[in-house]
Parts: sequence; structure tokens; C-alpha cells
Amino acid sequence: MTEIDVRLEGVTKRFGEFTAVDDVSLEIPRGSFFAMLGPSGCGKTTTLRMIGGFEEPTAGTVLLGDQDVSLLPPYKRDVNTVFQSYALFPHLSVEDNVGFGLREHGVPKAERATRVAEALDLVDLEGYGKRKPRQLSGGQQQRVALARALVNRPRVLLLDEPLGALDLKLRRQMQLELKRIQQEVGITFVHVTHDQEEAMTMADQIAVMNEGRIEQLGGPTELYERPETAFVAGFLGVSNLIAGRLDGGDVVAADGSRLAVAPDAVGGRSGAVRLGIRPEKISIAGGDAPAGASVAGTVREYAYVGVATQYVVDTAVGEIQVFHQNATPGMQVAQPGSRVTLTWDPQATFLVEGETQ
Amino acid sequence: MGYLRRHPRAVPYLLIAPGLIWLGLLFVVPLYYLLSTSLQSGDIYEGFRQTFSWSNYSEMASQYRPQLVRSIQYAAIATLAALVIAYPLVYFIARRGGQWKSLLLVLLIAPFFVTYLIRTLAWQTILADEGLIVGVLRDVGLIADDGRLLATSFAVVAGITYNYFPFMALPIYVALEQFDGRLLEAAGDLYANPLKAFLRVTLPISLPGVFAGTLTTFIPAMGDFVNAQLLGTPKQYMIGNVIQSKFLVVVDYPLASAGAVMLMALILVGVFLYARALGTERLTG
Repeated sequence: MTEIDVRLEGVTKRFGEFTAVDDVSLEIPRGSFFAMLGPSGCGKTTTLRMIGGFEEPTAGTVLLGDQDVSLLPPYKRDVNTVFQSYALFPHLSVEDNVGFGLREHGVPKAERATRVAEALDLVDLEGYGKRKPRQLSGGQQQRVALARALVNRPRVLLLDEPLGALDLKLRRQMQLELKRIQQEVGITFVHVTHDQEEAMTMADQIAVMNEGRIEQLGGPTELYERPETAFVAGFLGVSNLIAGRLDGGDVVAADGSRLAVAPDAVGGRSGAVRLGIRPEKISIAGGDAPAGASVAGTVREYAYVGVATQYVVDTAVGEIQVFHQNATPGMQVAQPGSRVTLTWDPQATFLVEGETQ
Repeated sequence: MGYLRRHPRAVPYLLIAPGLIWLGLLFVVPLYYLLSTSLQSGDIYEGFRQTFSWSNYSEMASQYRPQLVRSIQYAAIATLAALVIAYPLVYFIARRGGQWKSLLLVLLIAPFFVTYLIRTLAWQTILADEGLIVGVLRDVGLIADDGRLLATSFAVVAGITYNYFPFMALPIYVALEQFDGRLLEAAGDLYANPLKAFLRVTLPISLPGVFAGTLTTFIPAMGDFVNAQLLGTPKQYMIGNVIQSKFLVVVDYPLASAGAVMLMALILVGVFLYARALGTERLTG
């Protein structure tokens, strides 16, 4: 049984009439890299701020280990934050910024200096200690913010969209860097982001949030391969969703065609559902379909992007997107207007809730 | 325009020329006359001659030392008082003022639309022997039954504090208004309680405002003579009163000039030491 570092029990946060976080419960095991993913306004940052102590929950309990910290101010919590704005102290040098928390904790000067140097080393900023934050680039400031939090060896490190201000290339690099550092120090990281790729790259566990609630919690593969709601299916990558009814382990689409479903994807569902299939898991071939085994359609649009070709196919069960890997040399499989057959492995399918009227 | 195109190097000089002429005519030339007058001797009836005698300075330093020392004391106390009153007040306005910020700031400045003289005379009424404040203080026994506020050092310092208050408040307000409140969250996150966060983050970052405020208060307060004249007695006179009377009453220009130069030199040295003590690197960020 792994130890739990952060535990939220029925946590709710209201700002006046608006409910930012709605009855969220979760457990974050020690040493894991946990991501909260969702669009802006989904409550992920508010949840993080309640763990950090910057907001008090309206209801529910925040526990660090076994300690109830719901009403504890930030300076009494064994938690540190990397802020979205970095919030580096402009009047202090890099090493004084990094040593700020240690000084507050009364760590002796000599030990402080050693630990600050170690922390700067960890984030590849050795030799930058005497500079002021404004003399550093955005990426370097980000590293200082990280070092300033990590040096305290907190129980949990909170990261509030820490890479949001960086350009794409630097962001990619820092994602891998953060992952490396997390594995090196073994501290529990709780990371908030709206970038699904970032969450997938770094996190062991992802909580996908929407409208103040957790839609689904799981590992990256699980979330991508078996999303449980239409929101998750649409937020992580692209999905084709085909409306129908569950009948004897198959989904019967509106036009009456039966589509096979992976048995373990059915869960406890019945009645109106939508069958999901990822565009890259569909194979596309010219000509008409052998009856019953697949879906036939007409190519409406296609876009050639080199490594793959994207098709939009009109079928009897609705519009379906296909990513066809251009693995073999030669001509395109299909042109707009041509008849095609789409096939896929039923194991690659998933089910989400039926369409709400 | 043709000239400028043929001589592009002249452009910067032409641009700073108006400022230089202004500075020359209105600062350097008067300063020169002040310095040269301070080294003259004679009197108004027989005329002043350039004698390059330092006696004016020694006379100022010996005969009017009490007024000089008093100026430094009064100005320092008034500056400190203004700082202690202004900082919390503008902190509240800048950080908690919300939508009322501008209104509160206008209210703070509003009294200063009234002329300096009237404001100081108003303090005569406020601190008058038969006024409300003195009456109450006498009744509760905080001052003796025949005790007064007017015509005391307290009245003069209070007047100076009040009159230069905006010069203290506004620079600090600007510094605190620009202060990024998220830094306080970061300080809290790094185990600093609110008091420590203020001492280690807010205060040092607002220090340039405090520096500017104390200077713009202290420097004119040092040379002030109106408050001592209207709210005090000759026992409260400052170096400004001496200079004023030497210039306009006694008409001893050399002695008055020596006093003015000494005051300037004192302030210059004081500001220099003050800036050194606070650290120029911290002040310029």
C-alpha cells in the first residue's frame, strides 16, 4: 500500500454564486507525478490553490498525509509552489530567492549555501546565483522558481501552469527536464495544465477536470484509449463518436447497422450510448464495403500532411475522421468523392454516454 | 532643416540646449552670485565688497548654531512622523482601496489645493489656546491647565509634518501601487508569515518610494520658515527664519547667503550619506 501524500475529500469551493470546484475527491500517492488537466475555468487552479493554502475550501477536507490542513495558512504547510508568473522576488539575487524558504525555516547559513548551490545545480543554473531575476531569460526564471520551491524538499510540489509563458520549443524541453527532476528528487508533483500533450508527456496520473468536477482520473494510456465521457474523448486528442443503442454487446447505429464493441469497454452501460473510435485506428480502403464488417462512405475532404493524410468521410452513421499513415510509397488511397470502406479493430473502440438532448 | 541634415551630430546638442540654458540662467548663475555674495562684507549703506572673507560662515555657524541644529531636528522628526503616518495610509489605499482608490487619493491630496499660508493659519486655529483640542487635553489632564500647543515645538513640527505630507505619501503610493501582490503569495508559500512577508518583500521593494518620499519631505522641511513663524515663537525659529530675516529685514546679504550655502551643503552631505546607508543598488533596483 503506497502512502498517500495529498487527499481531497469532497472539496468544494464557491466564489459567491459560482462554484469553481464541485465536490472533488482524489488521492495522490507519494512520489507520483500527478496532473490536473482541463480547459480554463474548470477549477484545476483553484483545486491547486486549496492544496497550497491560498484558498480555503467552502466544504470538504484537504489532507497532507494524515494532517487536515484545510484551514492552515500557506506558510504552515509543507508544500511549495511554482507559480505561473514565477513570482520571483525582484529585489533579491537568484541565490537569495532560492534560499528564501530555508531562511524562514531557520536553516543555518552554511547549510543554506550548500543546498542553494545544489538546487541551482539541479536546474542547470550553477553560476547564476549572484544575478537578479530580471537579468535572466524567461526559461531561466522558470528554473529559478523551480529551484526555489524544490530546495525546501517539501512533501508536495505544486506547479501552476509553470510552462505557460515559454515558447513551444523551450516548453517541450522543460517538460522532459521537469520529468527528469521529478524522478531524481522523488517528490510528489502536482501539475496544473490545459495542455493535454504536456500532461500526457509528464504525468503518471491525470485528473481531467471540467466545470469543477473530475471527469476521469487515470494514466495517460487509459485516458486516451478508454475515455469514459465525451468530454474526455474530445479533450484528449480527436475522437469519432457514433450515436446508437447498446444491444447484445453491439452498438446499433441510427441507420440500423451493427457495430462491434470491445467487451471490456461496455462496463455497466446500457441504452443510448456513443461509440468512440480514434481516427488513427481506422483503416481506409477503396471500393464498397463487404456487408456487415465495416462502414462504407464517401470521401468529402482530405488534407495531405506528409507523414499522414487526414480524411473526412461521410457515412451512414455520420461524419468520420481518419488519419491514414503514409507508410507505403505511392498514390493517395482516395480522392474526394470516391467510395471507401472504413474498418477497425473492435478492441480499439470505447463507449461514452449518449447524446443529451 | 538643411543645416540639421548636413550636421546630424548637432541634433543632440540642440535638443539639450533649452534645458542647459534653463539650468544655466536659473541655477548656475544664481548659485554663483549666492556663493560670491557669501564671501563679501560691508553693509547696506556703504555697499558690499568682495573680500573673500569666511567670517560670514563662522558667524553663521557659531551665532546661529541653535537654529541650524533645530532645523535638522525638526525636519528629521517631521519626516519620520510623515513616514509613519503616510506608509500605512497609502498601503491601505494602494493595496485595499479597490474601486475607491482614486477617490481616496483625491481626498488625501484635496487639502493641498488650499494655499500653504491658509493651511498653516488654519493650524493656528486648530491648536489655539481656546480651541477644542487644547480644551480637551486640559480637561483630561494630558497638558497642564495653563499648558498650550500653539507656540511650541510640537506645533511647528506638526505643521511641517502636515504641510509636506503629500510629498511623502505620493512616492510611496506609486511604489506600493506597482507592487505585485502575487509576491506575497510566494513569500507565504515559502513559510513567511504575513509580518515577515511584509518585512522581507513589501518593505524592501517599496524602499525607493520611501527614499524619494523622505527626501522630498526632508529637504524643503529643512529650509522651512513659515511654520516656525506662524505656529511657533522665536524660540522655535529655524535656519530658514534666520536666512529670511537676514535677507529681508536686516538686509545683510552676505550673511544670509552664507546661511543659504551652508544649508545647501548640509542637505547635500545628508542626502549623500542617506543614499549610501540605504544602498544605491537597492534603490535603483
